[in-house]
Amino acid sequence: MTSRKSTGTSATRWLGVVVLLMLTLLALCGLVFSAEDVVQGSTVRLMYIHVPSIWVAYIAFVITALCSATYLSSKSRSLVWDRVAGASGEIGVIFVALSLVTGSLWGRITWGTYWVWDARLTSTAFLFITYIGYLAVRRLGGTHRQRARRSGVLALLAVIEIPLVHFSVKMWRSLHQDASVANTNAKVELDGLMLFSLFLGVVSFTLLYAWLVLHRQRVLFLEDAVADRGLDAAILSRRDEAQV
Amino acid sequence: MEHATFILGSYAGTAVSIALYAFWIIRRGRTLAEHATDAEMPWT
Amino acid sequence: MSTNFRLRRQITVAVARKDLLIEWNSRILVNQVAPFAAIVMVMFAFALDNDGILQQVAPGLVWLATLFSMLVVIQRTFAVESADGALDALRVAGVDPGALFVGKALALMVQLFALETLLVATAVVLYGVEMSIAGLGMAFVTVIVATIGLSFVGTLYGGLAAGARGRETLLPLLLLPVVAPVLIGATRATEAAFGSGGASISEGWPWIGLLAVFAVLFGVVGAVAFGPLIDE
Repeated sequence: MTSRKSTGTSATRWLGVVVLLMLTLLALCGLVFSAEDVVQGSTVRLMYIHVPSIWVAYIAFVITALCSATYLSSKSRSLVWDRVAGASGEIGVIFVALSLVTGSLWGRITWGTYWVWDARLTSTAFLFITYIGYLAVRRLGGTHRQRARRSGVLALLAVIEIPLVHFSVKMWRSLHQDASVANTNAKVELDGLMLFSLFLGVVSFTLLYAWLVLHRQRVLFLEDAVADRGLDAAILSRRDEAQV
Repeated sequence: MEHATFILGSYAGTAVSIALYAFWIIRRGRTLAEHATDAEMPWT
Repeated sequence: MSTNFRLRRQITVAVARKDLLIEWNSRILVNQVAPFAAIVMVMFAFALDNDGILQQVAPGLVWLATLFSMLVVIQRTFAVESADGALDALRVAGVDPGALFVGKALALMVQLFALETLLVATAVVLYGVEMSIAGLGMAFVTVIVATIGLSFVGTLYGGLAAGARGRETLLPLLLLPVVAPVLIGATRATEAAFGSGGASISEGWPWIGLLAVFAVLFGVVGAVAFGPLIDE
């Protein structure tokens, strides 16, 4: 029997083990087994964690938006949707941050600068800021339903706002047709083990996301339950005080 | 490997960040679960 | 259907008039926000310390000053509501939230329009900007379309962030990223109007298009999302 109570179940433990194994394999393939790129040299190794990171961020934010939409449109307004949305948003922020850092380092090596003002990078930075705002709104306090409604609307607004910002920035940067030393759209020819490593990265990070979101939303559930219990206790003690 | 510091640093940094986050989640879950009734933990 | 529309329009006009009357009586815009915006324009000159550069970036500075001042105005327009729980009272009374939204946005539009006219004039005076008649026309159109968009999006996010209990600090974090397309579009169009860096008037039109898309998008979305957002 489980001695310690936690957010884990046997299913998540198995998932965790699988994720750990895959990530270890990824590190080995990425750093050791796979070959260097003809053009990029060893910096291509950064791609095996950079691409999966931003991939997970996108998945996370899509899930946040979908769960927010489901919460707002459903009659039952089950808070499960809100909690998954919140957990997913938090994970998304972390992975966007990771991808911005790894991408920035990649740029430093490849182009000599930590940052370029191109559409994709700028939009990614905006994505990060927007969801930092989302997390801040979730911490505004109030009832669980207020939190769910406010952050839900915000997540849906983000679905509209992010493409608009991206388009505007693209329009803006197209004015600056300087010689692209920093060609962020450079296609890299991947084959064999390199391609496998990339897929491995995407799959293992996706499973990692699943593990993280399961646990995080359970923790949110517990936090909400504790808060509710505290509230109930406060109401009861208030009532007791009233009945002198 | 050229730029080994950057590359190994990135892998390590990513791994450490994710590991810290994961540990934080698990620990928080254990702390909260200690005082929770079974009704409050529908996944068990 | 038509009585519904008429009622909504009455509400919209009533709300807009109320907000503008409050502003007219308190003169916050004239006494506090406009001087703040003017000071910001002066501080830009201190910071940038180069007449040539100042003239070139004048369009950007005008819109930056506008955005910063707008934050203050939006917080004001919602602080007024939360002071006596007026917004909640309106909601409980069943006032159509879409009409409420458009009404507040209209009032904001008027105030922002006045502010931006002042800022453009300040740029002409302080930064040595010279405009042709056609440029003046383009500047006018830019200000109108940008202001409509800013008012819609500002009212929407203002409803979420401004007003009660320490939420005001959230407004800049939420709003400034969202209005990036307006900053980009309005600045480029204003550059065309001012002729900065050799830009021609015709180059401004695509940006006006972007501003118009933004305005329509947030007008529609705002009217729908405002209700759920202010429901407490």
